[in-house]
Amino acid sequence: MSETFKKHTLNPDKWIDNYADYLFNYAVTRVNNSDTAKDLVQETFFAGLKSAKNFEGKAAERTWLVAILKRKIIDHYRKINSNKGKAEVRMSFYDDGDKEGNWIEERVPQSWQNEADKMIESTELKSTIEQCIDKLPEKYAIVFRMKTIQEFETEEICKELNITASNLWVIIHRARTQLRKCMEDNWFNN
Amino acid sequence: MSKKFNITCDQATTICDKSQYGEVSFLDVIRLKFHFLYCKICGKYSSQNSKMTQVYKMKAEDCKKQIHCLSTEEKVQLKRELQELQELEA
Repeated sequence: MSETFKKHTLNPDKWIDNYADYLFNYAVTRVNNSDTAKDLVQETFFAGLKSAKNFEGKAAERTWLVAILKRKIIDHYRKINSNKGKAEVRMSFYDDGDKEGNWIEERVPQSWQNEADKMIESTELKSTIEQCIDKLPEKYAIVFRMKTIQEFETEEICKELNITASNLWVIIHRARTQLRKCMEDNWFNN
Repeated sequence: MSKKFNITCDQATTICDKSQYGEVSFLDVIRLKFHFLYCKICGKYSSQNSKMTQVYKMKAEDCKKQIHCLSTEEKVQLKRELQELQELEA
């Protein structure tokens, strides 16, 4: 019994009309910056065109372009990772001396004022969270957004960012601790 | 026995964060409950953490509603650049 495979073809003249928005949306939800996402989409189309001769027709055109974009996004994350010397607001909350792992006294969580009122959904609340996320080191912000806001599976994030699950949880923990403090200072007790 | 369950505040809050995504083991839940027995600060962190999760969920719902698209001008520009490259490659 012979199986027949539909051989896919590439049609670069239609790429922008057919896939630009899909790829842009895909990129912007991962890098959270429309200029960066735009650049990544452009690079994807260029790379696609340059490697078109290697296209074997096994995958659909869009799947093939998304695979290229994924690699571009990973390269982008790696570039961020190796961005040494960049000023990052990374605050430590736990003692690393005699009382290793215990809360640093002046950074313990404080009681929140008018908590119920402050929990009501509002534009100000959303914009304060956004500002707090933006204050995180970029890698923390990316992992936090993917896991918490875009609700990706742990496995998928690890695969895309080339990190281990334990690495992911350390980042999520640090990000959430820092965000809690930021929201405490700028929203709940402000 | 207690050594097995004794964890630091850093470990307790890490478990607490993981639990917000439903990705924590049964043993870790026991460790966390045990830690809360003598650490009120982490207890407070835990309760505030659940509230933060509600806030993040609001934000997530909001983001899901948004669809990001390129503008017509950006597409025209991109098309032009792609065509130039195609001509060079030909």
